[in-house]
Amino acid sequence: MTEPIVQVSPAWAVLAPFALLLFALAGAGLNGALMARSAGRPFRSGASAPLAEAARLLRQRRQVTVAADVLLWRIGAGGLVVVAILKILVIPLGPWTLADLDVGVVWFNTMDVMIWALFWLIGWGANSAHALIGGYRFLSLAVSYELPLMFALITPAVAARSLRVGDVVAAQHDLWFVIWMPVAFVIFCGSVIAFSSWGPFATGAGRDIAGGFLADVTGVDRLLLLTGRYAVLTAGAAFAVPLFLGGGGGALLPDWLWTIVKTALVLAVFVAIRHRVPTIRPDRFAEVAWIIVLPAALLQVLVVAIIVVGS
Amino acid sequence: MTLQAVLLVAAALFCVGLFGALSQQVVVMVMMGLELMLNGVILAAGAFWWFLAPAPDGQVLLLIVIAAMTVEMAMGFAVATLLHRSRGSDMTDSATDLSG
Amino acid sequence: MIDILFWALAVVSVASGAAVFVVNSMARATYALAVSFIAVGIMLVMVGLEYIGIITILMMVMEMAIMAVYMVMYMGMNPALMPMDMTHNKRWSAVLAGGTFVLLAAGALLIPWPARVGAPAVDLTASLGEALMGPKMLAMLTISPVLFATIIAGLVIINPRGRYDRWGDNLKRDTPDDPMRGGLGR
Repeated sequence: MTEPIVQVSPAWAVLAPFALLLFALAGAGLNGALMARSAGRPFRSGASAPLAEAARLLRQRRQVTVAADVLLWRIGAGGLVVVAILKILVIPLGPWTLADLDVGVVWFNTMDVMIWALFWLIGWGANSAHALIGGYRFLSLAVSYELPLMFALITPAVAARSLRVGDVVAAQHDLWFVIWMPVAFVIFCGSVIAFSSWGPFATGAGRDIAGGFLADVTGVDRLLLLTGRYAVLTAGAAFAVPLFLGGGGGALLPDWLWTIVKTALVLAVFVAIRHRVPTIRPDRFAEVAWIIVLPAALLQVLVVAIIVVGS
Repeated sequence: MTLQAVLLVAAALFCVGLFGALSQQVVVMVMMGLELMLNGVILAAGAFWWFLAPAPDGQVLLLIVIAAMTVEMAMGFAVATLLHRSRGSDMTDSATDLSG
Repeated sequence: MIDILFWALAVVSVASGAAVFVVNSMARATYALAVSFIAVGIMLVMVGLEYIGIITILMMVMEMAIMAVYMVMYMGMNPALMPMDMTHNKRWSAVLAGGTFVLLAAGALLIPWPARVGAPAVDLTASLGEALMGPKMLAMLTISPVLFATIIAGLVIINPRGRYDRWGDNLKRDTPDDPMRGGLGR
């Protein structure tokens, strides 16, 4: 079934950004198609909307705001794609991985904390009130989801007795983790949607503050920012596969094909959630996160630890 | 990358932080100086661990230093907030009630 | 190769540490400190402390993001990069810092350091975990209540409205009197 994870030569790393951007484009196309259908237009016009938008943004001249902090603004806007690429370095495609770190799970966590800094920098750099409010809204949401995310990431590591992603995949050869740690899986998926500032957790880019941190970003920066959001969502969806869904395990198809299929399914669910769930306010969400979600995550870790120690 | 080289870098970080902590007037900037000093301490501790005695016990010391830094930052920001609320200022020079 | 990387990281960390006190804008000062911490974290990974190096980067970037909020809150918006020089006693601080550096550098270079004792374990993270849960359990037992006390003390110091503001003088109000309702309405 699943072969042990082996690290391939770094020369393959040039393909990683292309694979990531291809998935991000597919996610954006699905989002466009769903939006077109809910507006009554045919699917196809919405599915090609990301490409049209990318072409428009590449040609668009950048707008300049007064006394903008240009260095920090560009770092924020361009950094999301970089962070997504760094994240997928530890995600195995079937039996192959680019970076077989001993602490792969913690590496993923570190990269998504970089996103905190990036969204705040985007909000600050524009020197506009709405953008700064958008950045602050994201930080207030981030404080709420971060602890449950950390515990949800540690739960598979506890079950596999290792922080290495390859060991987490190998520990699922009997039973996928999603079946006996569903709370951790749900918290992980919610946190991925939250750190991509997507769907129900997109108050930072909300329409009530004129687009939030998306307000003043134009041209290539906007293309990088929107691409980065989809790329980070894709990286999170891809990481759910080795962590909870058994990696490349499955009947008939080879490992790498199963990884791609599972990633695509999880990404489709994440994109579709935007069209089903209304926006969640960070101040209301804070109480729910600290009083209900965090104890649930802790209980999940406790149950898993008892099972692991007992077996 | 020898022990002396890493210790030099750690000493430089520590002294830049010391300069900042002593010369800055704003409470938050003083705390950033303190963070730089602890940065140097963490680097020096890591260097001592690797070059002199790489047993797991040394890593525990590093974790304790990081935890102490976190505690200090949290308390520092809480006190800075309280100072700002009651005095309306963020300068250390306006909080000299106990001196003299 | 490793030496070049190490010296590059060393220059980056000290330069960005110095930049914290030189730049005019608060956001740049905060993120210069974040860059310094990332450089130190990578140096720790080079020294073999993978887990602790990556954890340092994680915690420090998170802390800098929150610290930026505090900086803007207390020091006002200064994106026009007006020159601000809010220092006191610059000369004596520089003398003291320089003297300390000379002392520490002399110590680092002149002390005859002993030879290495022992070798690192094969799985460093596992050995750290086992040390914490076994012989060094006292460290965990001490840190846990300290961190918990920090959370409680921080909240108590910061909280602008106490129990009696929220629940009335007899603590008998039905719903709390908050300016903004929480998600659960407690």
